[in-house]
Amino acid sequence: MPPSNDLKDGGELRIIGFLCNWCSYSGADAAGVARLEQPTDLRIIRTPCTGRIDPLFILRALINGADGVLVSGCHPGDCHYVEGNFHARRRLETLKRILPISGIDPERFKYTWVSASESGRWQETVREFTAKIHALGPAPRMTDVVSRSKDLSLEGLLLQDENGGA
Amino acid sequence: MHIGVFVCHCGSNISGTVDCPQTAKAAGEFPDVVYSTDEMYTCSEPGQESIIRAIKEHNLDGVVVASCSPRMHEATFRRTVERAGLNPYMFEMANIREHVSWVGRDKALNTRKAIDLIGMAVAKLRNGTPLFSERFNVTRKLMVIGGGVAGIQAALDAADSGIEVVLVERETTIGGKMAKLDKTFPTIDCSSCVLGPKMVEVAQHPKITLYAASEVDNVSGYVGNFTVQVRKRAVYVDWDACTGCGLCTEKCPSRKTPDPFNELIATTTAINIPFPQAIPKKATINPDYCLQLTKGKCGVCAKVCPVGCIDFEQQDKIEEVQVGAIVVATGYDLFDYSVYKQYGAGKLPDVITSLQYERLLNASGPTGGHVLRPSDGAEPKHVVFIQCVGSRDKSKGRAYCSSFCCMYTAKQAILTKSHLPDSQSYVFYMDIRSPGKGYDEFTRRTQELYGAQYIRGRVSSIHQHGSSLVVRGADTLAGMQVEIKADLVVLAVGIEPSRNSQKLAATLHISADTDGFFMEGHPKLKPVETNTAGVFLAGCCQGPRDIPTSVSMGSAAAAKAMVLFSNEQLESDPQVATVNATRCVGCYKCVKTCPFGAILESEDRWKNPKAEVLPTICKGCGICSVTCPHGAIQLNHFTDNQLLAEVNAICPLPTI
Ligand SMILES: Cc1cc2nc3c(=O)[nH]c(=O)nc-3n(C[C@H](O)[C@H](O)[C@H](O)COP(=O)(O)OP(=O)(O)OC[C@H]3O[C@@H](n4cnc5c(N)ncnc54)[C@H](O)[C@@H]3O)c2cc1C
Ligand code: SF4
Ligand code: SF4
Repeated sequence: MPPSNDLKDGGELRIIGFLCNWCSYSGADAAGVARLEQPTDLRIIRTPCTGRIDPLFILRALINGADGVLVSGCHPGDCHYVEGNFHARRRLETLKRILPISGIDPERFKYTWVSASESGRWQETVREFTAKIHALGPAPRMTDVVSRSKDLSLEGLLLQDENGGA
Repeated sequence: MHIGVFVCHCGSNISGTVDCPQTAKAAGEFPDVVYSTDEMYTCSEPGQESIIRAIKEHNLDGVVVASCSPRMHEATFRRTVERAGLNPYMFEMANIREHVSWVGRDKALNTRKAIDLIGMAVAKLRNGTPLFSERFNVTRKLMVIGGGVAGIQAALDAADSGIEVVLVERETTIGGKMAKLDKTFPTIDCSSCVLGPKMVEVAQHPKITLYAASEVDNVSGYVGNFTVQVRKRAVYVDWDACTGCGLCTEKCPSRKTPDPFNELIATTTAINIPFPQAIPKKATINPDYCLQLTKGKCGVCAKVCPVGCIDFEQQDKIEEVQVGAIVVATGYDLFDYSVYKQYGAGKLPDVITSLQYERLLNASGPTGGHVLRPSDGAEPKHVVFIQCVGSRDKSKGRAYCSSFCCMYTAKQAILTKSHLPDSQSYVFYMDIRSPGKGYDEFTRRTQELYGAQYIRGRVSSIHQHGSSLVVRGADTLAGMQVEIKADLVVLAVGIEPSRNSQKLAATLHISADTDGFFMEGHPKLKPVETNTAGVFLAGCCQGPRDIPTSVSMGSAAAAKAMVLFSNEQLESDPQVATVNATRCVGCYKCVKTCPFGAILESEDRWKNPKAEVLPTICKGCGICSVTCPHGAIQLNHFTDNQLLAEVNAICPLPTI
């Protein structure tokens, strides 16, 4: 097992970020360029657009034991692909309502909009979300949830499907 | 797989707060990683060579570089691995600089985060597949939007290299702000003597097609093959026939038409040619002031026009143009200073903007170059200049410096003295910003040779007192209040992006910064590129800059377009959607969601309905992937499996 999977001993929690390439990922880069200090818990996954983010990725992360998931993209109206973030907003709003059904505290998930030039806003977002997740503490063990979701026959959605590679 | 991991120190940029050797060592334990090392500068020549060497020596079929942001060097390293014979898409980057070393202070935590990010990159790479570009033809034609000095330069440079250029200008003449200026700093040479010949060249160049009074309505397509819809506004004159003789303007009875070319300090006729050197030199009717168009009675111009080119029925026309690249050079507008109540909120006739003052100084302006103040036409004796009006003022949402106001104020103070030798100028300033060749010498000359009095401080009020204005302010260097009786006050009004820039940004799929100026591809390395391939920037639309820099940017943008056009064919980005036909049930949900119409309702050999992606049209957003209920349409390089692998790398599936 790689050495770094157990995060908790550094006081860190597991926070996953899904960021669109054009706005928020660039904004996070800009925050780095400006040396805007942030907590270290967040691990960022880059996607071309928030419209590429399948709510099931987020569900998977949370069920696998992530303590928090943060999604960020271009402000509505500014999407590099015109309307990707509108699709995202609809899907993520639905996800918010599904989370409690799956036994997951919806507070552990947040989506927001940060543009490529809003480095300060990105720093604030990371600080606030990390603080919030720390206030909530580590997520409860998810094994219960997995077996419960089996009852709800969500299982098919949660296990990695083999068709991805096209 | 055989994966190699290269951890970059980036000098001390990364190694300062990340233990790079330990990171490389830990990375060696990830599955399929057969080689891992740390390098001082991975992107340098020796750094890249060592990647190539390792690929050959260790028979690597995948590479991970942990260094700066992929937005910085992904393209660099893809080329590196390609040189070693690897498919460029069998490469991943872990961003351990912008997202780790530069934002976290704790070395142990940073190191662990760096290792995690590498683990995610390795996991993604293990689920990756080689991808191959397609080649497609390029339309060797450039569109320049905006005909200020920056756009003119871009158009001429490109046209001189043999490229067809379409120049789209919103106003009825090209020239932009520079055409309105009297003389220019730091040489005090006449603006129209420098710009005029360039404008004529545009008109005469066989490779340039000019669309004035036109705007871009819609853009579709992709780098190399854009389809642009240009709206040619109705000007009520057949420009093909108009000779620009100006007879109509002499006879038009509607003489109270506002004159935007003269910054509204003068009026013109409803049918007019903005200025004698206008390009194109064609008459235009302002429909709001034309008596024929508003009241249905007049038609004088139609009677006097010797070539019969007046057309009161003319409508907007949409033309479709195919181009391979676009240069945006839409410049700036002045900030609306009426929000400053202390400067009279735009209500005092003898408080004018710097651009209005240029028109008063200009020999082809409404006063023939005599400085006469608007209220009573008298020659002013005491002229007060106020700098930073709507610049460097957070309270007005204008935190940025407009960059050239210090310099043109100094210029205007010099010109005031040469026009009115008995006059005295006063300049209220915050700081004098004059970096540039000969610039500081210039502002000193203004004070030492031309006797302008510079007062460091802000003005707190201007009010009318009889026929003069009383200007009150602080002199922060002397530590006292000052009061100046002025005959004319000139505001160095800050600039903002040209109106409707936001809409244009959306049309072109480019971004704007918080102040609304268009965003460059990279603040240092891609100053004239944007995030949309094939769209370039020049001049003040990207941020405030003076004429020399706008011209350089125009040339740079043209050079970028020429580089693009030097290829017979371009390679498509293979990071597009692909359909797995065995999984596709032909529901066409994806067809309906794709914002670009990149998916066709197609069928397979047995006439079963199947989706089909047009790879040159697909922009690679991946919206369709999430829509498909069967996971049948996947975005290359960002497949479900690749993204889920990243998730699993940080949060492994719990064992039940
Ligand atoms: C009072 C004053 C004095 C100055 N004096 C000097 C000086 O002495 N020396 C110096 O170096 N600099 C000076 N400057 C700065 C100078 O004006 C700018 O550097 C220069 O004009 C920038 O050129 P540009 O082409 O980027 O923008 P602009 O001159 O603003 O040109 C932009 C053009 O694009 C057109 N346009 C805008 N939007 C659209 C659209 N959507 N579609 C089509 N066309 C569009 C506009 O109509 C315009 O023609 C001065 C500025 C001011 C305000
Ligand atoms: S959504 Fe999926 S199944 Fe439906 S047509 Fe598109 S690719 Fe085929
Ligand atoms: S990824 Fe899908 S939705 Fe996006 S442009 Fe390509 S085909 Fe259309």
